Amino acid sequence: MNIVIIKYNAGNIRSVLNALNRLGYEAEISADPEIIEAADKVIFPGVGEASTTMEYLRRTELDKLIIGLKQPVLGICLGMQLMCSWSEEGAVDCLGIFDEKVCKFQLPVDNQDNIKIPHMGWNTINNVKTSLFDASLEASYVYFVHSFYVAIGPDTAATTNYILEYSSALQKDNFYATQFHPEKSGSVGESILSNFLKL
Amino acid sequence: MLAKRIIPCLDIKNGQTVKGVKFLEIKEVGDPVELGALYAEQGADELVFLDITATHEGRKTFVDLVRRIARNINIPFTVGGGISELSDADALLNAGADKISVNSSAVRNPQLINDLARNFGSQFVVAAIDAKHQHGDDWVVTVNGGRIPTDKKLFSWAKEAEDRGAGEILFTSMDHDGVKTGFANEALAKLSDELSIPLIASGGAGAMEHFKDVFTNGKADAGLAASIFHFKEIPIPQLKKYLREQGIVVR
Repeated sequence: MNIVIIKYNAGNIRSVLNALNRLGYEAEISADPEIIEAADKVIFPGVGEASTTMEYLRRTELDKLIIGLKQPVLGICLGMQLMCSWSEEGAVDCLGIFDEKVCKFQLPVDNQDNIKIPHMGWNTINNVKTSLFDASLEASYVYFVHSFYVAIGPDTAATTNYILEYSSALQKDNFYATQFHPEKSGSVGESILSNFLKL
Repeated sequence: MLAKRIIPCLDIKNGQTVKGVKFLEIKEVGDPVELGALYAEQGADELVFLDITATHEGRKTFVDLVRRIARNINIPFTVGGGISELSDADALLNAGADKISVNSSAVRNPQLINDLARNFGSQFVVAAIDAKHQHGDDWVVTVNGGRIPTDKKLFSWAKEAEDRGAGEILFTSMDHDGVKTGFANEALAKLSDELSIPLIASGGAGAMEHFKDVFTNGKADAGLAASIFHFKEIPIPQLKKYLREQGIVVR
């Protein structure tokens, strides 16, 4: 299988590659349109800031390329947020694959529970659906690091509760996305990556 | 619900895991990758690897080690020790580190936190603070493994680190470290109230109850410890089971 991880100005792309290697898969990290389009599976990872990353994707025309992909695509963390229509982070129009806005978490006014932003650490995925998740993954813990979230909508594939119930995974047609980091989520994350690669 | 995190810390010298008592006597305890993988399998939520090697040769060894850790471990890990420039952080990011921690270098050059956060994002930057209790609310920040007191105070420096862009604060009480009588819960609770970023508590873990206390009275988001895990005094699965029974949300 030919797996391509989209290379762009985002941090920690290598950790996705390491996770695939641990599962016994090889993958190529590339920004070459021909290589990306020819892949069987495309992973669009991301750690970074939305508006500068979108600017980069537009300048390199990776934006049009990603929207037009027909094979299974997995967006991770910032990758998922960039696949939405708009992000409050830098107030920027994004790829618009999912018709959802990305908003910043707001702390509760009294904040008696000392809730912190970013949402960082292990939390559960609930109401899981789509072939990314098998039923055994319901309520299992995965690793999150983010300050912006996507509300629940028609494309929600899993939900997580932090300050409010939001979309921790999305799916529409061939596009899959997780707000959490499967590549850092222990054996649960490895199952999710395997499920994606078996699509 | 977000789980409270248990974080084993591995001190690394010349590529080996070591643990000192009160930062002095050093004992070797094994291969960091093997030990890290074992902890990950046992349910550790994150790992911290601190390079306590001072030499240039040792630094290169550490970057190679980080690359090996990233290939073999499937949970997030932080690396720290000797990071004083963007290029140090960049090398560790490229080697696969999820976060870096800065301590003495940030005290000497606070702008480093801003630069790291701007270049790599706040989620990548842990501000580690070693402090020694004076009296009341007065904690003085120390550098060089607790040996040198500075003119900075714990609470104001932690807040400043947050304002400069740190994504987490790792507070080690020099009075509690290695003593195994519990964490500095009073200071931790005050820090947690004042900060809006996650707080990792370090120094003083000696029994399972200490973790319960640090998550309740200490209001910490994560508890870090070394020797109790390295010397198998508290197995992680048993600790997690105990915390769950005490009503603390853990993975």
